[in-house]
Amino acid sequence: MQIDWLTFTPIPSLLGGMMLGLAVTLYVLLHGRILGISGIVSGLVHPKKEDWSWRLAFIIGLLTAPFLAALFFGILPVIEVDANWLTVIIAGLLVGFGVQYGSGCTSGHGICGLSRLSPRSLVATLSFMTAGFLVVFIIRHLI
Amino acid sequence: MKKHFSLISQYAIGILFGWGLIISGMTNPMKIQNFLDLAGLWDPSLIFVMGGAVIVGLAGFYLAGKRSAAFFGGALQIPTRRDISKPLVIGSFIFGAGWGIAGFCPGPAIVALGAGHLKALVFVIAMLAGMHLCERFFTGHRKQV
Repeated sequence: MQIDWLTFTPIPSLLGGMMLGLAVTLYVLLHGRILGISGIVSGLVHPKKEDWSWRLAFIIGLLTAPFLAALFFGILPVIEVDANWLTVIIAGLLVGFGVQYGSGCTSGHGICGLSRLSPRSLVATLSFMTAGFLVVFIIRHLI
Repeated sequence: MKKHFSLISQYAIGILFGWGLIISGMTNPMKIQNFLDLAGLWDPSLIFVMGGAVIVGLAGFYLAGKRSAAFFGGALQIPTRRDISKPLVIGSFIFGAGWGIAGFCPGPAIVALGAGHLKALVFVIAMLAGMHLCERFFTGHRKQV
């Protein structure tokens, strides 16, 4: 294992991570829910009466975050996608199916689940991490 | 009136979460894949993101555990299931595979879509289709975490 010191960003990553922790904290205290992106989004796939406006408000927050970050802090997100269009579609299908079937993603299971010491979320997190390590090993070193 | 403040709060926390993802570098799929690439030149940043988030989150959920009602009303809806089920493990594996292939998970993909990235748009549409397919043929009634 060789650390890539050029791309490693410990300080911004720690700070950004703490902002994510603050967001999930505010969310559970104010709205009484787990801040899980897949859970919030999946409720919009088949919206129920009286159960879509708050989901949409949150998603609009995520969507406008880059514009507001550029406006207030002059930060533009770097977005580099190696995968081609077909691969992006396959990845999207797998992610959508997987988070629905496994009841959560990196936010709900990863951040919130580990923060509340949930054994289910620990197993989920170890599972998606393992799959991620395996898949990247295959596409970067075997194919 | 309280309902309006609640929606504004949803929006504001969405922005805060988006900023956290942007500042931590997690909106960049290449950075995610560089973390997942243990055999190559490894970028450990994601550990710091999770570490920072969980340190604050531990305190947050400790506080939440002492309360029964949410500020904007209603009971705290914390999941209570503790069983390690097959769908939990299989679903998470499938999610992790897709995450590794493109480097996008749901939150960062939506933020990248907001930044105007076309591949993120295609990813999000496919993701919604994947959720729909799963709900249509497998889960339906089940709730998320």
